[in-house]
Amino acid sequence: MSPIARPISPHLEIYRWRVNMWQSVLHRLTGLFLCLGALLLAWGLIAVATGADAWGIFSAFCASGLGFVLQIGWSWALLFHLCNGIQHLFRDTGMGYDAAQRDHSHTPSYFATGWIVIAASLVLTALVWITLFARASGGAA
Amino acid sequence: MAEFTLPKNSKVRKGKKFPAKTGAKNVRTFRIYRWNPDDAENPRVDEYEVDLAACGPMVLDALIKIKNEIDSTLTFRRSCREGICGSCAMNIDGGNTLACTKAIEDCDAGDVKIYPLPHMPVVKDLVPDMTHFYAQHASIKPWIRTQSAPPPDSERLQSVEDRKKLDGLYECILCACCSTACPSYWWNSDKYLGPAILLQAYRWIADSRDEDTGARLDELEDPFKLYRCHTIMNCTNTCPKGLNPAKAIGEIKKLMVERKGT
Repeated sequence: MSPIARPISPHLEIYRWRVNMWQSVLHRLTGLFLCLGALLLAWGLIAVATGADAWGIFSAFCASGLGFVLQIGWSWALLFHLCNGIQHLFRDTGMGYDAAQRDHSHTPSYFATGWIVIAASLVLTALVWITLFARASGGAA
Repeated sequence: MAEFTLPKNSKVRKGKKFPAKTGAKNVRTFRIYRWNPDDAENPRVDEYEVDLAACGPMVLDALIKIKNEIDSTLTFRRSCREGICGSCAMNIDGGNTLACTKAIEDCDAGDVKIYPLPHMPVVKDLVPDMTHFYAQHASIKPWIRTQSAPPPDSERLQSVEDRKKLDGLYECILCACCSTACPSYWWNSDKYLGPAILLQAYRWIADSRDEDTGARLDELEDPFKLYRCHTIMNCTNTCPKGLNPAKAIGEIKKLMVERKGT
């Protein structure tokens, strides 16, 4: 008997997305994105060590529209990865798994903590950039 | 390795439509995944209009009605119709659950979408191939393993407190809803044991009568078997018995750290 080529049942495209799945995907993606961010950091450090011309190219890139968007992206990625990492730390101690609920009577706590992680990362990112702009404009004045 | 899209032979096409009889009072459409091994065609989604005025309240009632009255070729597993056998586990309305305990009215408005358990080889229609899942269960040797001789005149006894530690674990019916809800299991089921099997593993680790905890932990200490769990929580969220596989896995991870000592 020849083996039958069985199809694989649908998965990602049919499963209902909830905040816990977004958290996990974003943790991966921000981790990857931060690896690229390390290259930018390395470029900056090399530019400083090389001299004023090299630094000029680097700082012009950072001041450009694309550079600015990337920096906001990286700061958020770092803060999201940090906040979600703190939740992972709690999970490593056995906390934050929610109680077993055999009657499905309440919304599990891990949905709330998921939204808290995402909200905290956005608020912290906003605070970082507000502080940076406040200091920059304060310095100019 | 993770493949986020379906292989060519698994892409789902549009299927047939079975309209309700004229005079039906309360019509609801069920969109159901179909695949027949006897033809060379791709899977498809058929639409069945069911008159809920003449149908039981659960999704399984609708499936049985479709098979009896509309399309006898529809294939699915079912047995106890009361959530204890785990046969009718499938993906309904975007989440894995038992068709017999999922009320039709609890599904989102619009069509009720029914698929087999996700990322599994399909035997036919809503019937997935569970061979690998059962083999993984066998691999953890799910029975009491002892070193000491049994008491000569009685069973191995357990205190009430020790027995309580098995609550939330022994109820697992191995329906595989949790494992097939887990993205880590989707991408790595060849090596990752998945939430159902790990909950079962913990059920024996937590049993005061079992004397092989060290060996059980040795067997699980593996980057893939245990540590592909990234606490996504889909398992706990979907368990039709309201159990908490994610927490059981967390407890195993804790034991791994604790036994290393300080």
